[in-house]
Amino acid sequence: MPVETWLIFILGFMIIGSIIALELKDLLSAVISIGIVGLGVSLAFLFLQALDLAIVQFLFEIFALIILIRAFIGKEYHIQEPSRSHIVQTVITIGALLLILLLSINMFKALPGFGHPIFSTAKHYVENGGLETGSANIVSAIILDYRAYDTLGEVTVLFTAILGALTILRTKKSNGLAGGDHETN
Amino acid sequence: MTVYILCFTLFLVGIYGALTKRDLIKIILSLGIMGYAVNLMIILFAYKEGASFAILVRDGINSNMVDPLPQALILTSIVIELGITAMLVALSIRLFQKYKTFDITKIRRLSG
Repeated sequence: MPVETWLIFILGFMIIGSIIALELKDLLSAVISIGIVGLGVSLAFLFLQALDLAIVQFLFEIFALIILIRAFIGKEYHIQEPSRSHIVQTVITIGALLLILLLSINMFKALPGFGHPIFSTAKHYVENGGLETGSANIVSAIILDYRAYDTLGEVTVLFTAILGALTILRTKKSNGLAGGDHETN
Repeated sequence: MTVYILCFTLFLVGIYGALTKRDLIKIILSLGIMGYAVNLMIILFAYKEGASFAILVRDGINSNMVDPLPQALILTSIVIELGITAMLVALSIRLFQKYKTFDITKIRRLSG
């Protein structure tokens, strides 16, 4: 089967999976459905020949599942009844989003077709990457050599986000030493 | 083109969840779905018909490879997404400690 057919199958699977995850009442089942959607993304990356991304996405999935389950585990959870105004709001939102989808079809027709990329910036990397950096993997050559400052910025952003999370979770008892998630308030 | 439209539909499902759900965890999940759709869309733009992965092999046979630049950028994006998810979860845990609920319509007193 051609790659496009596989991708259509995987994307349909992911759309159904995310709708189910959003509509389920049980939060644990919803988080697990999102995990399945993420593994679908990983599989799609494999079909698109992006091996590094598939591995990173797989790891991301596992960590995100652990973090999200940590968010609501052991907490009392009440299911709220849907009110009339909420139903009206949902219907209006779905209508507006369908309209956006219909209007966007023309935009996707104007793009270069699937399987025919523009490929202008990357030409230099592909032709000279092996000689200039000595790395066989062009993706890691770009990350760690051509665009190393991007990676430095990425690490800074990640550090700041983790620092923010620890600051939010810090309680007064821990005295700023261990910023872990102490639930004792 | 069908692939692009399906990917955009996935993004719209994420927007739908973020707009209509009242549960904080569901809103975080919707943001995650939107992130998946954007990452996948950019990698879809990079795919070349019949090309193979962007790794050089011995004797230089692998001259036909997919566009490696979007892959490098998305690798960065995925890792940052994990940091964002962790921070959102930390915020929601904190809100739960204060208000004893995940329902955003009941979280009204945004002071102190």
